[in-house]
Amino acid sequence: MTALTKADMAERLFEELGLNKREAKELVEAFFDEIRDALSHNEQVKLSGFGNFDLRDKRERPGRNPKTGEEIPISARRVVTFRPGQKLKQKVETYAGTQPQ
Amino acid sequence: MTKSELVEIIAAKQTQLSVKDVELAVKTLIEHMSQSLAEGQRIEIRGFGSFSLHYRAPRVGRNPKTGDSVDLPEKHVPHFKPGKELREKVNDSLKAGY
Repeated sequence: MTALTKADMAERLFEELGLNKREAKELVEAFFDEIRDALSHNEQVKLSGFGNFDLRDKRERPGRNPKTGEEIPISARRVVTFRPGQKLKQKVETYAGTQPQ
Repeated sequence: MTKSELVEIIAAKQTQLSVKDVELAVKTLIEHMSQSLAEGQRIEIRGFGSFSLHYRAPRVGRNPKTGDSVDLPEKHVPHFKPGKELREKVNDSLKAGY
């Protein structure tokens, strides 16, 4: 099964809501662009029914180059984490596929 | 930012669609994504990230109140892996001092 893409999502808006193809494409772009923009300004994003995109600041920690064994510090960084909401968790819990993705 | 704030922002930046239209579109997008994951289909958005399912094996858990053991069946949980552009932009915000 191929992955869901922005094109598929735009197609759905066209079919279900009757947005024209250009509007549908722009809306899907705007949806992800605005979420990315908020996160890029250290702003948490909460999509009720789906989940929250949270930001975490990590301190510098010691790391190692796995090839050479050389010790190099892993710099302090900010990362995005996704916490699925209750509704989404319940929806996927019962997925019966035997092949973990 | 909440879903309704996201809707307002998207609506304000274009002239074709009403707030109501955008609201319905955002709701449709979120349902489409949830439905895909529920069917075990991955979601891949270039520059943003990918959503997939991770498998959790069955285990014996405990009721924290009574201490009774409970059999928990296997399940799948949603997982998000941020894409390169999102990772970089978010990390740049730290350097920029937000």
